[in-house]
Amino acid sequence: MLPVLNLGPLALQVPGLLILIGIWVGLTQSEKHARRLGIDPRKIDNLLLISLIAGVLGARLAFIAQFPTAFSGSVLDILAITPEMLDLPAGFFIGLIAGFIYGQRQKLPLWNTLDSFVPGLAVFMIALGLSHLASGSHFGSPTDLPWAITLWDENRHPTQVYEILIATITAFLVWPRANRSLLPSGSQFLIFSAITSFGMIFIETYRGDSVFLFGSVRQAQIISWGVLAASLFFLHQRLKAEKIAPAESIQNLQEDHETSN
Amino acid sequence: MVRDLTQYYATDTIFTNETMKFIKSHFTLFSLIVLSLAAGWIAFTAFQFPNSTQGRIPAPREGFFAPKIELTSLDNISYNLSDLNGQVVIVNFWASWCPPCKAEMPAIEETYQKYKDQGLVILGINLTSSDDVTKVDQFVHEYALTFPILLDEKGETANRYQVSSLPTTFFINKDGVIEKVIIGGPMSEAALQSQVLQMLEEKP
Repeated sequence: MLPVLNLGPLALQVPGLLILIGIWVGLTQSEKHARRLGIDPRKIDNLLLISLIAGVLGARLAFIAQFPTAFSGSVLDILAITPEMLDLPAGFFIGLIAGFIYGQRQKLPLWNTLDSFVPGLAVFMIALGLSHLASGSHFGSPTDLPWAITLWDENRHPTQVYEILIATITAFLVWPRANRSLLPSGSQFLIFSAITSFGMIFIETYRGDSVFLFGSVRQAQIISWGVLAASLFFLHQRLKAEKIAPAESIQNLQEDHETSN
Repeated sequence: MVRDLTQYYATDTIFTNETMKFIKSHFTLFSLIVLSLAAGWIAFTAFQFPNSTQGRIPAPREGFFAPKIELTSLDNISYNLSDLNGQVVIVNFWASWCPPCKAEMPAIEETYQKYKDQGLVILGINLTSSDDVTKVDQFVHEYALTFPILLDEKGETANRYQVSSLPTTFFINKDGVIEKVIIGGPMSEAALQSQVLQMLEEKP
């Protein structure tokens, strides 16, 4: 665990740094994949930027709406750069809507665009696990297993390591390869989403900080099950559509492959 | 040279046309098996692994009981965190030589003045092991601080709370559980007050 790295007068927040590295590497990979799918990578950049800005603004406004009195004596704090004053679920929702509107206006193909995100998301999930390991969050429940790690005065399941392992396996399975073009567009994203949610159902079992519903059912498992069911449903719909990727995408894939050889 | 696309992919793939046909024809069955297995696992683990250590042992982490604090203040009064159960407590670790600590002190004092009558307690723990009591005293007068300033002369409390950077602030709810940890600063007044408001509204 290494939450803070002190470099002279600088205190670097290692978990945040890992997340930033994950976003940067992930974005680079998604841009490459977008190009191969025949999507202008600049549009992917813009889409993510617009979603991010709308998400952050929305999250701050929703937070202010919840605690207006906290800002009454310090109006300039509305602009304070602090992650503590964000309503994350609201921000996520608003960012999603903004991204969707931009995608519609730019006529981005929905399923291909989602596919282009997959390499980025796969890298990001590994970075997220590393970030949890650095901060000690998402920690495991107590165990006597030989691979337990000592954290907060207990030997615990290394759930952060489980996260990294599952994210790495998922990345290996969904990483863009030439053969993916045989699957209908959107399948890559839906397979990624299904494997990730299935993995989360497993990892959540060993977490030591779960939120429970009805006494003993883990909330995160229920949400993951819903995402898994939705992913399989849409995957079924896409497979029924039986469409090969657009000709120009296949051409790009073929050129890529020949260049790499 | 343009190769035959079908052959090209067929040599390279696990998803051959035959595989695709097989997957498609059995996909509903496959989905049902996966979803049933997942639902079964959720139900099984709800009965087999219902324990969580969150909120049951002391640790300097969100969701855990706040570790003990037994220190004496600058004006020689003894404070024990366990005596403050039922109240919202902010524990702020600071030092007089730390610039972000100086920057956030007015906001902390302002918050204390605004909410102390509603049950807010603020403990400013000075890392006296790496500070000077005379400078601490000057600092308290300069910023007109009215909340208790505790002296961690041996650094034991900072070690117990695993303070690795200054300032570090812990928000402890009425049950004695840490709700939020903010490492670094300065915190804005609105960030402080919104967290306090949220915790004051909670029932123990």
